[in-house]
Parts: sequence; structure tokens; C-alpha cells
Amino acid sequence: MTTTTEAPALATRKLTYVKAFNEGLAQAMREDENVFVAGEDVAGYGGVFRMFDNLLDEFGPRRMIDTPISEAALVGLGVGAAAQGLRPVVDLMFMDFIGVCLDQIVNQAAKMKYMFGGALSVPLTITTASGAGLGAAAQHSQSLEAWLAHVPGLKVVMPCDAYTAKGLTVSAIRDDNPVVVMLNKVLLGSTGEVPEEIYGIPLGQAHTARQGSDVTVIALGRMVGEALAAADELAAEGVEIEVIDPRTVQPLDTETMFASVRRTNRVLVVHEAVTFGGLGAEIAAQIQDVVFDYLDAPVLRIGAPFSPVPFSPVLEKAYVPDRARIAQGCRRLLERS
Amino acid sequence: MAQRASTASKKSTQVSTQVIRDLHERMVRIRLFETEAGKLMEAGKLPGFLHLYVGQEAVAAGVMAALRDDDQITSTHRGHGHAVAKGVGFREMYAELYGRVTGACLGRGGSMHINDLSRGMLGANGIVGAGVPIAVGAAFAARYKGEDSVAVTFFGDGATNIGAFHEGANMAAILGLPVVFVCENNGYAEFTPQSGHMLLTDVADRAAAYGMPSVIVDGMDAVAVHRAAAEAVARARAGAGPMMIEAKTYRFFDHQGVKGLRHPYRSDEEVAEWKSRDPIDLLEARALADGTATRADLDDVWQRTREEIADAIAYAEASPLPDPADLLMNVYSG
Ligand SMILES: Cc1ncc(C[n+]2csc(CCOP(=O)(O)OP(=O)(O)O)c2C)c(N)n1
Repeated sequence: MTTTTEAPALATRKLTYVKAFNEGLAQAMREDENVFVAGEDVAGYGGVFRMFDNLLDEFGPRRMIDTPISEAALVGLGVGAAAQGLRPVVDLMFMDFIGVCLDQIVNQAAKMKYMFGGALSVPLTITTASGAGLGAAAQHSQSLEAWLAHVPGLKVVMPCDAYTAKGLTVSAIRDDNPVVVMLNKVLLGSTGEVPEEIYGIPLGQAHTARQGSDVTVIALGRMVGEALAAADELAAEGVEIEVIDPRTVQPLDTETMFASVRRTNRVLVVHEAVTFGGLGAEIAAQIQDVVFDYLDAPVLRIGAPFSPVPFSPVLEKAYVPDRARIAQGCRRLLERS
Repeated sequence: MAQRASTASKKSTQVSTQVIRDLHERMVRIRLFETEAGKLMEAGKLPGFLHLYVGQEAVAAGVMAALRDDDQITSTHRGHGHAVAKGVGFREMYAELYGRVTGACLGRGGSMHINDLSRGMLGANGIVGAGVPIAVGAAFAARYKGEDSVAVTFFGDGATNIGAFHEGANMAAILGLPVVFVCENNGYAEFTPQSGHMLLTDVADRAAAYGMPSVIVDGMDAVAVHRAAAEAVARARAGAGPMMIEAKTYRFFDHQGVKGLRHPYRSDEEVAEWKSRDPIDLLEARALADGTATRADLDDVWQRTREEIADAIAYAEASPLPDPADLLMNVYSG
């Protein structure tokens, strides 16, 4: 399958994040008859987050399948069907539910090609909604990208806006590997410019969302928007930060990060997931491995404290990193000579 | 071999006045707790999700009236009814829904994690089916410690499609543990009708796969539920192993929240038909008919409960918020 690169010339219009996802999925289904969708309440109801609205009408029950609440069997269905040449899209609703089907993802989907000596591919897409911010509490709010990015054989994408929600989803479906598409719940209703045509965004290619010379901020998923807001705030103070959106956290485009750090000499990594063992740790380690000599300050990581996601909004707000903490982090980095 | 008890066909007669009043009070408490919670959510006062239990009250009341405080229950995302019926206080429940530090989970858990160990409420649960094996563990602990308490696990029809249910049921059966499996079959898993997620008409048939006896009861009839539960609990307590009760019931609100439906997955006629068999109305009619209670007695329960709820909501609203400085509290013991 080919992955088209970004074509900025395409005509765009405003779409919500969730509609952009939906459009990308529908176009990928039109493009390839082997793409089908399975999950809980995805067909008749259109998904609890409206991710699959209207798809049953267009594609019918052969390609839009409502399943029982059986996540292990659901992912397994995807693995088996993918091993037989279909391109399943299976939906896990909330990312937290990955806990009940981790074997199928980690021990089966991720490793099958390798263990079988390359005999087959597993072109499986797993869609799910992650992230805190809705008072959904500890079992419905997690960002577990680090668990998945740690498993060789899996790919993980984290769309930060409507444009990437569509393009990364299309690329995930076209990719011949198991790819987890982590949508962000808080972003579902956010709007952005989205091309009408089908397009893919290359997996493993970071995007510089804003250029700046003072600090490199590497932000994952929803934190990209927070970092851009922090950039506006800092610009008013005469500080220009560069915001990098990795888009794909596995594979991870570190070259774009290294190049930026060589220019800014300061770097902050921010994600919603807990800081300990999060991707910030991996990114910080790789940066100090490769561009240590360019650093004027230690790499700063911002993530959630080492606690489950709290329910009470006052705690949840303190828990999830935001623009204020990012701006503060940048100021701290700049205080170091 | 597994057998199906015939309680379903028995008329639910011969229960004491005390039991009828107990069932009534538990149901009224749930109904008012839930309808008030729904109003608070509509008013934008409650963050997060709210899966209302209204319509299913006879199940929680009937089962809980057969339990002791030291019997443990595990619940679901739709857990308020179980908590109320098990005796968890309104104050800590509302305070939790408000995210206050005085809440049942100190504001950390919200609706889906309400618990009260002093009442044997081992928690609502946000993961479908997850409570089932936990009840098996609680029952194991009771037997291990030489106690005669039992564990009851509540779950929906939809939950019986998940591995945890099947593994838990088989584990309880093979270990002969004192667990009562209570399936609240309200006909839907979210927006999918039972016929869309399993080919069985009776979830109770699944018990047979694990060599476990089962019984089907009218889940709108609190007395019927209670009699079946009393039998299953007595059996389990006596060391005869697990049993499953399937209560056919219905939820009156949507899967989550109180707003209108986006998709007419249930017909108006179906909803109206079930509402015409409101479990509280049925029990009140019965109590009035057989002279167990007067209208004034019943009204008194509603009135007292309303007052207690008003007090609890005022308490919740006046309660302090958790302190963000305590974000790391209770992540670990010790
Ligand atoms: C493992 C898991 N999968 C999916 C969900 C999302 N979910 C929450 S409630 C629900 C339906 C549960 O149906 P049922 O067990 O019949 O209980 P009911 O809601 O009818 O009380 C689903 C799919 C979840 N919480 N956990």
C-alpha cells in the first residue's frame, strides 16, 4: 500500500476531530473492500463517541459489525482476519479496556509476523479513545501509549487535531502492521481545517507545529494544543518556542527532535500519561544520547503525577498537564544559562 | 449436573410484613437517590458519568435483604442501587458524585467506584465483568478465614459475554465457593439488545456450562427476587457452592445520563410496558392489598427518605473539595 504524503494544495473545510476521523475511515473503506469495522455499538449506534456515525448506512452489516462486550475476542477476531488478508478496524471504545485484551494485542498481533518467520502480516487497526478531562475517573481516562510503544511490532499514533485524526487513521488502515489509533476524548468536538480528499500522514514522521528558537517543546496528543497555547503566551514575553508533534510515538521520529534541539539547546517533553516510565523518559534519553553537547539545560519532562486519574474535577485539573505548566517549564529552562 | 430450580413458577407468597416493608424501603431509597442524582446531573452539578439504576430496584432490594453486613458484594458501572440497598449512606454517596473529599472514595473515584467496606460493598466497577472474579476472591477469603459470609456479584446480560465472567463462574464452581451470581438482565448492553449480543434467551443457561444451578425470576417482583436470593445465599452459606440468579428487569433511563436518546434503540411501547410494571408500584399494590401496610405507612417512607436525601445533598454541597496537594494520597499502602 502506498502512503501519500501531505498535499497542502487540497481544498479544505472545517470539521470536528471526530468527523474527520469518521471521514478518513469511510474513505479508507471505500478505497479497500477488505476494510471492515467491528466493536461494541459501532454499527447500529454509531459508537458512543459518534466515531462511526452513518457508516452502517453506507457499508451495511457485512462491513460494520456490532460485537458483544468481548474485547479479547474482538481483538482476536481482528488478528485472525488480518492474518487472512483482511484489514480490520477494531474499536476499543475507552483505551482503559485494553486491560482485558492485552494478550491479543501484545502477544498475538504484535509478534505474529516475527514469530512466524515473516510468513504473514497483521494489518490490524485498533481505534480507541484515551485521555482525561471528562471526570471519567481512573478506569476511563488513561493514556497508555507507553505500554504499547514498548512492544516491538506495534505502531501507535496520537492525533492532536482534526487534520491528523483523519490522515493518521487513513495511514493506520493502509499500514501492513498492527497500529493503535489513540483518539483523545477531550478533542473529539474540536474543529480544524481538513482536506476533503483521502490523504495519509506518514507514520513515523514528526511535524513541527510551530517554529521557534528558544525552547523545543515535544508534545504528545492533546498536549500539542496546550503547547501551542503556551507558545502564544510566551511569545508575548518575547520567548519563541518550537512545538514538535511526533504524531506517531512508535515509530518515533527522533531526527526531527534532534535537529530542533541543535538549534534551541533546550527541550521540554510533555504528555498526559504519568511521567514515570512515560515516553518523555525515552525521548529525554535519546536526546541526551545524541545531542547532549547541544543542551544548555537538562531535558525537562512534564507529565501526570504517579497516581491513577482522579475523579474530582479539581484534582483532575491539577493532574493533567496544561499550558500554564508548559509555559512555566519553558521559563525554568530559560533561567538556566 | 446443573439443574434449574423452579422458583420462577412459584407464586411469590408468604413473606413477612417485615420483609415487605424492608424491600419497600430499600427500593424507595434507591429510586429517590437516583432520580435526585439525575436532576443534579441535568442541572450540571455532577461531573462524569451517571448510569442510573431506576427500574431495577427490586433486584438490589431483594438480594440485599437476604444479606448480612459482612456479606460482600461486587457491583458494576450501574452500582448506586446496590450501594444504597447494601446500606451505604446517602451523604457519602452524594458527596462522591459531587467529587467532594467527604465522599465514599474521598472524591477520587466518582459514581463508578463507590464502595463501603463496613457495609460489605466491595465497589462499583468501571470495567464490565471485572467484579465477577473479585467476588470469587472475596468468597475464597471468607472460607479461608473460616467465616460463613458469602459474596454476591451483580452483572448485566452484556457482561456475561466477557471472559472474566466465564472464568469467574467456573472458578467459583470448581472451588465450591460461596458466591451468588446475580445477572440483572435488563435486555440491553448499552444500545444493543440481548438478541444482538447472544443467541440465548436466558442468561441463566450459561450457569449450566459451569455445573452451577440457576433460577430465573421476575426482576420487577422484589419478593420473588428476595425468595430466590434467600435460597441461593442459604445454600452458599451452608457450603453447597455457587448459584446463579437471573432477574429479568429493565432500566427506565438511558444507558448513561438523563438526556434524551440519540438513537431509538427501544420502542416507546416497550418502555411504557415495562414502566407499567414499576417494581415499587407492584410492591406497594401488594402491600396495600394484603394489608401489610397502609398508604400512610408507605408515604411515610417516601417522605422520610426525601428528607434524608435533601440533607445528604446539602451535606455534599457544603463539603470541601479535595486538596490538590494530596494528589498522591492512597496510591500505595504504608
Ligand atoms: C471491558 C469493558 N468493555 C466495555 C465497556 C463499556 N460499557 C460500559 S457499560 C456497557 C454495557 C454493559 O451492559 P450490561 O452488562 O448488560 O449492563 P447494563 O449497562 O445493562 O446494566 C459497556 C459496553 C466497559 N465499561 N468495560
